[in-house]
Amino acid sequence: MGRTLLDLLRFNRQFASGAALLLIVAAYACLSFFSPYAPNDTYVAPPDVPPDWTYLMGTTSRGQDLFWLLSFAIRNTLAFGLAVAVLSRLLALAIGLVAGYSGGLLDRALMSLNDTFIVIPLFPILVLFYFVMRDRMSWGLLALMMACLGWAYDARLIRSVAMSLRHREFTETGIFSGMSMRQILVEEHLPYVLPIVFSTTMNNINWSIGLEVTLSVLGFTDINTPTIGVLLYWANQHTALVSGIWWWIFFPVLLVVMTFIGLFLLAVSMNEYIDPRSRLGRRAP
Amino acid sequence: MKTYPTYILTRLGQFVLVVFIGINIAFIVTHSTPIDPVEQSIAAATQYGSTSPEAIALMRQSLKELYGLQGGLADQYFAFWRRILLGDFGPSLSAFPTPVSVLVGRALPWTAGLLLSSTLLTWVLGNLLGGLAGYYRQSRALRFAGILAMAFHPIPYYVVAFVLLIVFGYLWPILPLSGGYGMNMTRALSWGFIGSVALHSILPVLSLALVGLGGWFMGMRSLVSNIVTEDYVAYAELGGVKRSRILASYVMRNALVPQVTGLAMSLGAIFNGAIITEQVFGYPGVGTLLVSAVYAGDYSLVLGITTVSIVAVSLAVLLIDLCYPLIDPRVRAR
Amino acid sequence: MTSPVLAVSDLRAYYRTSAFGVQREVRAVDDVSLAIQPGEIYGLAGESSSGKTTLIKTIANAIQPPLQVLAGSVLFDFAGQRFDIHALRPRELAAIRWKHLSYIMQGSMNVLNPVRRVRQTFVDFAFRHIGRPLPEFLDVVRQHLQRLHLEPQVLEAYPHQLSGGMRQRVTIALATVCRPQFIIADEPTTALDVVVQKGVLGMIHEVQRALGSSILFVTHDMAVHANLSDRLGIMYAGRIVEEGRTADVFRAPRHPYTTHLIGSLPHLGDAAPKQGLPGAPPNLADPPPGCRFHPRCPRASDLCRRDVPALETDASGHRVACFHPATESVAESIS
Ligand SMILES: Nc1ncnc2c1ncn2[C@@H]1O[C@H](COP(=O)(O)OP(=O)(O)OP(=O)(O)O)[C@@H](O)[C@H]1O
Ligand SMILES: [Mg+2]
Repeated sequence: MGRTLLDLLRFNRQFASGAALLLIVAAYACLSFFSPYAPNDTYVAPPDVPPDWTYLMGTTSRGQDLFWLLSFAIRNTLAFGLAVAVLSRLLALAIGLVAGYSGGLLDRALMSLNDTFIVIPLFPILVLFYFVMRDRMSWGLLALMMACLGWAYDARLIRSVAMSLRHREFTETGIFSGMSMRQILVEEHLPYVLPIVFSTTMNNINWSIGLEVTLSVLGFTDINTPTIGVLLYWANQHTALVSGIWWWIFFPVLLVVMTFIGLFLLAVSMNEYIDPRSRLGRRAP
Repeated sequence: MKTYPTYILTRLGQFVLVVFIGINIAFIVTHSTPIDPVEQSIAAATQYGSTSPEAIALMRQSLKELYGLQGGLADQYFAFWRRILLGDFGPSLSAFPTPVSVLVGRALPWTAGLLLSSTLLTWVLGNLLGGLAGYYRQSRALRFAGILAMAFHPIPYYVVAFVLLIVFGYLWPILPLSGGYGMNMTRALSWGFIGSVALHSILPVLSLALVGLGGWFMGMRSLVSNIVTEDYVAYAELGGVKRSRILASYVMRNALVPQVTGLAMSLGAIFNGAIITEQVFGYPGVGTLLVSAVYAGDYSLVLGITTVSIVAVSLAVLLIDLCYPLIDPRVRAR
Repeated sequence: MTSPVLAVSDLRAYYRTSAFGVQREVRAVDDVSLAIQPGEIYGLAGESSSGKTTLIKTIANAIQPPLQVLAGSVLFDFAGQRFDIHALRPRELAAIRWKHLSYIMQGSMNVLNPVRRVRQTFVDFAFRHIGRPLPEFLDVVRQHLQRLHLEPQVLEAYPHQLSGGMRQRVTIALATVCRPQFIIADEPTTALDVVVQKGVLGMIHEVQRALGSSILFVTHDMAVHANLSDRLGIMYAGRIVEEGRTADVFRAPRHPYTTHLIGSLPHLGDAAPKQGLPGAPPNLADPPPGCRFHPRCPRASDLCRRDVPALETDASGHRVACFHPATESVAESIS
């Protein structure tokens, strides 16, 4: 796995540019630890100052220095994406590996469940969730909820890999040498599914950040924890666009788009790597 | 391999399962709140205007049933289901006394139209371009189209819609930004009205299409670049079968099979996108209705929209599933 | 001697791949020459990965990257007209395909488009060559199917509705319906059980006699060659090492590898199981110098390790590439 990533970094332009984009975003997020302000400080700077040398990204109508505020926001957004991805990975891996390994009725039942979660439109459910939680809605709760709803697509992929592993020799050897199912799955199969887990993780982070932004922009989350979506929510509340405070919208959107494209490039190049047939480029000159 | 009737039965079973689990999730979610939702809703709904006491009593009654707060948990559960099966979500709180079903019924055609046109456009165009790009790998124009389609793909619907709104609202105001048809129009089956509806749908459809295109494009391209290595394609080339025929009936036709399944599987996500796009452009569909229902604290409407969405999306998926055998003569087990 | 339908000379085709900066060259076909006469069944034998499929793909100009033709020529002679198959333009090539030259692919199980009815496939491949209105064309196809003992109803079936043997016969029908002068068949019967295989082979032979076509028939199964081929070429590691009339090759093999191949056929009443050849076939990305067979050859000398033996023709037209070919008596004693 490590070698693979290194190879990709050296030989795959897509992968390298994706990694570079994410590195920039991550480095910026780390700046938040050196911020002179607390994330929820307001009216610490003159409001509505356009970008200049004192305020690199300008200030908001609430008197926040956007440069530092945005570093908090992107950090929280990334952390949110990661949290959802890690949690849903656990679910997807467990369900995908077990279904692929055991086959038969259990597999059918799990995949039925899986297809159900793929089909159900999550957005209205998340809105409903916010509706009943209201002020108790928090960043962590939303992440938990989204992880519980967002594992299905990837579980299906993992299962298909696990199914192909099931009849390999080492699986049978493992069974004969008395390994338990858990041991076989964790020690023998996990390494094979890791590349696909990697690419689905990128996609999953993208998906969860996208939903988070969408929900927060509408104000359907905890609007006191700065995330990219919450930033945009406040910008809309202050009709930033109409009053010409474009930077309040421009920089968050720019940053989050960089994140999306970065993650996406990693996922796509990894996918191509996994599927050797599409690499052949049969008709290439 | 399955026979057609067993296939239909499994798909029907899956449909029932989706609806069942979806509604159960909705039930669990509504019961996960520690707040007294009924009083809160009533407070939220009545804070804007004076409502008569009888109306409040009626609301309280239907809310309690809807939230399923009467009787033991089992009673609550069955009352919840009964309401849903009857499609009776009581009166809307924010548009009292219009029933929720009427409001949703009014909004649903707009969303359906928006979804249908944008999905059809996106799916057809994405598959066509992606298929060509997979077959003619060296074409520069197609490669460029691919990069363009893929650049939009990872960006969430909201951001794309929002950027379009900025571009066409402030920088280059040529298209109507908001609503489903012109303000001064009467709803009639006239060319003027239809034209206005079409004009108003351009931006929402465009933002849905921009995001969706890349997915189909990439999926089709990688499917096609796999299928061109299949024996039957190589063999048709060896047989001197016409290029156009190979591309259409051998390569694309086979790649379409998984893409139809893909369409069924991504309908939920597309629906999410439609909701948020509608909200951005003030389109009179269920998305806008849902968001305004939340702002108005209209619980029955939120719950009604959620359940109708679940049922509608799974119905659409069922429809695609039922059409699937038309495109795949093998009717394979999935 | 009439002029051959197919003349291959000094053909060389390599797979050239580069992955992650590493270049690889698999020398799957190296300096192959052969000629096939009208009406002849030419058998090509050799163990797995000796380059049989690559050779005939090159002959049929079914070349896809990473395969590259580096040298040599493939000339066909159809109705007095000469075609250099690698020099033809795509349209000229499409005009020859199926009308004069058809191909039965290895692993024929997947050569039929799974979402197209057999009838449509026949139309795609053959309609333009037969030059008759559609109903008449379909009549021709139905009659032809009968020759291969297939019901006319197969035309309406999808490939997945046919059994393996039926699919195989459908592909053979597809490859022969235009009465081509030259048919290339790559292991057309390998996936079938023995009974079906026997039937299919019989049908191929029948059709070939009825049409007067030539067949280049590839299989690693020597027993099939013994029954079917008129002449036999033996391939080892990308080269033809021996070629002659099938009867001659079986009676008096001259190359030690041929001797081994024939010796490995089971005979009734054999006491002990046959001995395998020691060692493994060479890695074609890095073949041994000199004769490629020398690491496994009981008769290898220093000469074999250094020089590549040429394919010499003797008076009877038998060709062998070996510095120490067996005389008939030696061959007897080894086998
Ligand atoms: N697409 C490819 N890329 C790289 N090497 C290849 C490719 N196809 C075949 N080869 C190599 O070329 C050599 C010859 O393969 P070929 O398919 O011609 O063998 P064959 O004699 O037909 O074997 P079999 O009896 O198993 O069909 C093998 O070493 C194989 O690994
Ligand atoms: Mg072969």
